[in-house]
Amino acid sequence: MTRETPQVTGGTGAAAGTGPAKAFAYAPAPESRAIVDIAPSYGLFVDGEFRDASDGKVFKTVSPASEEVLSEVAQASAEDVDTAVRAARAAHAEWAALPGAERAKYLFRIARIVQERARELAVLETLDNGKPIRETRDADLPLIAAHFFYYAGWADKLPHAGFGPDPRPLGVAAQVIPWNFPLLMLAWKIAPALATGNTVVLKPAETTPLSALFFADICRQAGLPRGVVNIVTGAGPTGAALVAHPDVDKVAFTGSTAVGKEIARTVAGTRKRLTLELGGKGANIVFDDAPIDQAVEGIVNGIYFNGGQVCCAGSRLLVQESVQDELLDALKRRLATLRIGDPLDKNTDVGAINSAEQLARITELTRAGEAEGAERWSPACELPSTGYWFAPTVFTNVTQAHRIAREEIFGPVLSVLTFRTPDEAVAKANNTPYGLSAGVWTEKGSRILKMAQQLRAGVIWSNTFNKFDPTSPFGGYQESGFGREGGRHGLEAYLDV
Amino acid sequence: MSSAPSTPAPAPSAGAPATPSGAPAATGSPFADVTASDAALRRYLHGLPGVDAVGLEARAAALGTRSIKTTAKAYAIDLAISMIDLTTLEGADTPGKVRSLCAKGISPDPTDRTAPKVAAICVYPDMVATAREALAGSGIHVASVATAFPAGRTALPVKLADTRDAVAAGADEIDMVIDRGAFLAGRYMAVFEEIRAVREACVRPDGSAAHLKVIFENGELSTYDNIRRASWLAMLAGADFIKTSTGKVAVNATPPNTLLMLEAVRDFRAATGTQIGVKPAGGIRTSKDAIKYLVLVNETAGANWLSPDWFRFGASSLLNDLLMQRQKLSTGRYSGPDYVTVD
Repeated sequence: MTRETPQVTGGTGAAAGTGPAKAFAYAPAPESRAIVDIAPSYGLFVDGEFRDASDGKVFKTVSPASEEVLSEVAQASAEDVDTAVRAARAAHAEWAALPGAERAKYLFRIARIVQERARELAVLETLDNGKPIRETRDADLPLIAAHFFYYAGWADKLPHAGFGPDPRPLGVAAQVIPWNFPLLMLAWKIAPALATGNTVVLKPAETTPLSALFFADICRQAGLPRGVVNIVTGAGPTGAALVAHPDVDKVAFTGSTAVGKEIARTVAGTRKRLTLELGGKGANIVFDDAPIDQAVEGIVNGIYFNGGQVCCAGSRLLVQESVQDELLDALKRRLATLRIGDPLDKNTDVGAINSAEQLARITELTRAGEAEGAERWSPACELPSTGYWFAPTVFTNVTQAHRIAREEIFGPVLSVLTFRTPDEAVAKANNTPYGLSAGVWTEKGSRILKMAQQLRAGVIWSNTFNKFDPTSPFGGYQESGFGREGGRHGLEAYLDV
Repeated sequence: MSSAPSTPAPAPSAGAPATPSGAPAATGSPFADVTASDAALRRYLHGLPGVDAVGLEARAAALGTRSIKTTAKAYAIDLAISMIDLTTLEGADTPGKVRSLCAKGISPDPTDRTAPKVAAICVYPDMVATAREALAGSGIHVASVATAFPAGRTALPVKLADTRDAVAAGADEIDMVIDRGAFLAGRYMAVFEEIRAVREACVRPDGSAAHLKVIFENGELSTYDNIRRASWLAMLAGADFIKTSTGKVAVNATPPNTLLMLEAVRDFRAATGTQIGVKPAGGIRTSKDAIKYLVLVNETAGANWLSPDWFRFGASSLLNDLLMQRQKLSTGRYSGPDYVTVD
């Protein structure tokens, strides 16, 4: 089965010159789809079995790069959510009572199956999400396996995690995850929940449900007891029913700040525990003594990784005025070499935008940027005619007052601001309702430490950006949410402490 | 090899100004003041942006995952063959071995005359005349390692005599080693002046000059910051090429250190309009490796450098692997090492 999406490159900028050599035109190198077998329809995964929605409703999931319908997926009603929560509740006592080492066995098994099926899952994720295979293969899948391995290691060591001699699981966890890293967010949610003895009802995003359903199959392959993991697919109402279900003990949500606030209102006044991992408007701060070439790579990785559809994206570049021209020249030269096109091509750097809705939002915000006087730039590149695409974009002459400097765009759009002193950099970086991530680029170690103390963000990268590790806690300040995922801290959200 | 570009090609960036802030665009000596004194030179070299090792290595690794197939692979293999400085630098070299290597350079694959010839044959100075004779009329250059290669630990007059000797014997290209001791001691001006002096020694009686490749021995420079400084130092001193290593130490060319040197020549051209070549040498043995280097060139310095005039591989065993891959692309079968010549 082949699909023709034209491989369009950014023109390998330098090739545009009149050099002595012709350009090195990479031949298309698409990953084969044959490795993944997508069924024409999928049910809900409840109590160890796939079943149709009680009212028979379904929705379609499409490939953002081609708008091709990949499959039909059951749309869970409130009744289905209730069935799933009951199944999770029924499984809980036995699962929680297992010795930690036994739970660890299942998690290790899942981790190994994920590794074995990594290529299949990477292709599936790329088809469903639109991000390049280079990212699913080299970033998502290794991290997913690493998360299961890491929390498998904790499962029999919970008394030593610093939460008392006998930390207890909370019970049934309702988890709602976004579409930008569908399987990775699932791993971040499910691995610690299972390690600590909770059972799970998870709702993947409506635009990217497939990898979670494949994960359901992995749970069966691993022999996981029925009902420990349940997957309910659907849109907002399904998520709302899950969050509001009275027999849920814990709610974990990753997604937009607006939905997060709604969830907080729903959960307020109940006994449910809540963690929220929401939007961001990360500052990437480049000082004049930074390693410029690596800073350029970091900026590219910060905002064009996954097409900028990353909550911790470095969407605001704060550059010291003295190196502004040099840095922007280098950045634009680099962006001209980004390869945009078929996400299944192994040479593609930037894939499709996840959905038409998201593309519309990015388009609307960039128009606002132009209207407010910021200067817009994109490399010369041709975008495929089908699917949802947005060219990598840089806005210069941006001020703190512009919408593009304040609102989360969640797309490949960088807003460039300048500063003169470290104090000004801190003031501007912190002047946001969010607080998820920040980056500091300088060769001066003492400055890195001082900046890290002053910046209000859950993660601060120094001389790098968008690096993740299961041992490192991740989470936000202010409107970026509360609670931490990953690391020892990530256990706390699923334990009665 | 063509002479240094008299009319620099337009800047590689799309629509962006060619020069970093403050740097004059014209050729000439925009850096005259930085080479005015040892102190000024040190201040300049130490003022270059730093290199973050983790980021540099990550970038080189990411470019190493590019998938080069079919037509792109065929193009890359032929390009790589045409960029090879086919090298023999052994104490046991004989005229017979050099002649044999020259014959191979002219016609790398006796079974397929469409295989391109290599760029140059690289030998010790005493073998230059032999190589010159064997290569007569082929268009292949004779490159010679002079300046007391590989350690470079002799007096300057000896190094200059070595160079003049090789040029007089007919070398088109001189690969010189820098004085790593002086460099590591921070005596940058001494290194600068030595490169200048060797460059003078490359001038032939008719006023033309052998091309000068300056070898850093990256493995001995030890830090990426030093490699960037050495790159700029050599370019300021008038090198035509900058070369990673002699091939005689433990760490020779690596994708990260070559990437770093490609960034340096790219930035130097943006600042001065002068294009400098890059030559990784040592340890590049497979087609897969060579193609990774070509990807680095393509995506860092740009297509302007994808030519034997601006990029070379210093290698002895790489050619055979390229030929075997080439045979596989044309026949669909992998024949093995007995289907290419040993030297």
